[in-house]
Parts: sequence; C-alpha cells; structure tokens
Amino acid sequence: MAGTVRRLTWQIGEVVETSPQTPRTKSLFLEVPEWRGHRAGQHVDVRLTAEDGYQAERSYSIASAPENGQVELVVERLDDGEVSPYLADELRDGDGLELRGPIGGWFAWDAEEGGPLLLVAGGSGIAPLMAMVRHRKAAGSDIPVRLLYSSRSYGEIIFRQELETLAADDGTIEVIQTLTRFQPEGWHGYDRRIDEKMLREVAYPPEEHPLAFVCGPTPLVETVATALVELGHDPTRVKTERFGPTGG
Amino acid sequence: MGRGFISRGFRGRRREPEGASERVPPGQYLVDGFPVLSAGPTPRTSLSEWRFSIEGEVDEPKTWSWEEFRALPSEEITRDLHCVTKWSKLDTTWEGVSVDTLLEGVETAAGYVLAFSDGGYTTNLPLEEVTGRQAWIAHTYDGEPLAPEHGGPARLLVPHLYLWKSAKWVRGLRLLNQDEPGFWESLGYHNHGDPWREQRYWGD
Repeated sequence: MAGTVRRLTWQIGEVVETSPQTPRTKSLFLEVPEWRGHRAGQHVDVRLTAEDGYQAERSYSIASAPENGQVELVVERLDDGEVSPYLADELRDGDGLELRGPIGGWFAWDAEEGGPLLLVAGGSGIAPLMAMVRHRKAAGSDIPVRLLYSSRSYGEIIFRQELETLAADDGTIEVIQTLTRFQPEGWHGYDRRIDEKMLREVAYPPEEHPLAFVCGPTPLVETVATALVELGHDPTRVKTERFGPTGG
Repeated sequence: MGRGFISRGFRGRRREPEGASERVPPGQYLVDGFPVLSAGPTPRTSLSEWRFSIEGEVDEPKTWSWEEFRALPSEEITRDLHCVTKWSKLDTTWEGVSVDTLLEGVETAAGYVLAFSDGGYTTNLPLEEVTGRQAWIAHTYDGEPLAPEHGGPARLLVPHLYLWKSAKWVRGLRLLNQDEPGFWESLGYHNHGDPWREQRYWGD
C-alpha cells in the first residue's frame, strides 16, 4: 500500500502482566489502547526515556496472535544490555511502556497465505514464530506446520509447555526440538546445532513448496537459510529475521 | 502521544565514548560488532558470473565483469554506519569504486536510481544522493574481501542513509525518470531514510 502513508505514532502501553519464561527470558503483556492490530511475525519499537531526557530504542518481536487483544513481547536479558535488563528486571505491572508499531511487512504470515509452514527458531527467535502458530490456531487453520526449535538446554526452551500442548492436541503441527549444550537424561530429541542433515530430515521436501520462516542468532539463520537453498528450496520462500546480541 | 513520558526507573547506560554522542543519530546505539540483517538467504554468485550494470534511462548501458570492475580505481572510505534496527557503528573502513566513476561518461536525464541485487532485492535513491562522492560499490571491508553475509562480493555503500539503502549483493543501478519504491520502501520503510531526521518508517 505504498502511498497510503499512516504515521506510526508513539503510544503508551500498560504492562498488565510479566511472566518469567526461562532464567533469561520473560514475557511482557501489554494493553495498548490504540493498538490497530498486527500480522503474525511483525515487531514493535520500544523507547525508554530517562528523567533527563536520555532515550534508548530497541525492536522486539510480537509473540501474541493478532486475534489476542494484548501485545506480548519476549525479552531476553543480555548481561551487557541497556534496554533488556530494564525490561526484564525493572518493569512491573502497571508501568507504562512507550512503543510504536506494528513494523515489518516481510517477515509476516497470514493463514490465507497457505503453507505448508516450516518454522525454524533459535532461542528467543521463537517469538515471531509463536505469533504465527498462535494465529494459525486462532484462525482455525489446518495448514501443516513443522517447527524446528534450537535451545541450549531443556530449561531454556521458551513456550515449552504451550508448544507441547499444541503438538499433542493438533496432529497437523509437529514440534521438533534440539538442545545444543545440555540434554536431560533420556532426551530423545536432537542434541546438536541445526545443520543440513537435520533440515533434510525435518523440513518438508522442496516439491511441497513450503513457506519457511527462520529467526534466531545470525549464525543459525545463515546456516539454515543456506542449507535450505542447497536442499533445493526456493530462496524467495525463505524469509529470515536475525536476532543479534548487539546491545539489547 | 508520548510527549513527556518518563520510563519509571530507567537511567540508561550512555555507553557512547567521549565525543561520540554527536555522531550517533537519534534513537541509535553503538555496537562494536557488525550485525547481519537481510530478508532471505545469502546469495552466492561466482565471480566468473558476476556482472555490474548501469542501465535504464541512459544513452548506452554499461556492464563490467568482476575483473573489469576491480580494474577501476578504488577509494578508501571511512564512515559511520547507521542501521534502522537501531545500531550504529563508527569509523568503518571500506574500499570501493565510487558511483561517480561508474557513471563517468553516462548521459542521462534521470533523477532517480533503483539499485538491484542478487536475490531480487532493490532500493531506490535520488541520483543526486549517490553522486558527488556519497556512494560506492564496496568490495573490501576492514582490509578483507567483503564477506557474503555482509553483501560480498560487492555492495552499494551509501553511508549517509540508513543501511538498508546500501544494497548487499548489488548487481547494478537502473536510472529512472520517476522514483520507484524498492523492497523495504514498499513494506513500510521510509522512502528516503536519513538517520539524522530519523526517517525510519512511512510518515516519519
């Protein structure tokens, strides 16, 4: 809709709930009075302002489905970060949080676009993909989904219970986990970083023309996107979003 | 909306080194690393197949092979980079061929340029913002051949605009009489992208 310029204004959302996900991540639930809705996969800009006027801005993916009235953000606390420790440790219920969005029209999915959907996440890169599987469910879609999710350890799997429940209740969504550093006793999933062999085993074959969304740290995204193209997938159907520990 | 809003309990780290703050545009923060951002897989074109073209509204299109392109005079460029995803990086060093050099002898009445890349990426710029030693086709970063994930073998470098204008894997410039939005410019990002005016999104 180029030409239909709608200014993205800053708004104040109210924190209505914060919920620890893993030792390093937390979900923030926001009520945004003038939220005009989003597409699954989009993000927001968050702006913090100190009393002396100093400001810091960062982007965070939206994890909630468009059908949900609240906006959920997943915050990973980066030890040397400026914004993430504030969001993860200081912010509490009733606080205001300035944000604007939704932003990003490329890394986004609507159920009408079809699939099958191949979702590949590393760490907190699960957030925009979670919005997609939640949207799919809320829209009553039965488009097949495979989610390959890489975490360092079992305790660091974000949305673990919700993903387990989703996969157990719905035969058309498969969740495949890999734990790269520590695996619990009796772990039957993958135990290494995502590589071409794993993708060959997990991904839909190229003939099924899956739509792939890959989100995570840059090395993971580079590996996965390159391997998918080498396996014969159409590069224009591989959409990527990178999360770097660039200061958070 | 939001004017005068204070984030309760936020003090900020103010990590900018002495004297750097006037070099960091509003809403940006400094990084030491070089984050990678792109919308899809990294294209890998062999240098033997690589071509760079000037086409569109020109008297005669021009094309260079990799060898021909690398035989053109290169310049050393040290500039600050600003990405719309909020990071800025100071004093990055590049080598590349000035767009002025590539346009030498080209006759055109065009006012705009659409840079196009492997993988289908495009970005649009006014011609007057890529001439006058403001833009380069960079092939070397920090003394090394430009890595594929950073846009190698060559990328457009327009450091005075947000970095999405510095098209990775660039393969040519199409000169146009009328402005035509590129990839991100069609998806909600600002048509011009001046970091000092914080032109991030439509309407900014």
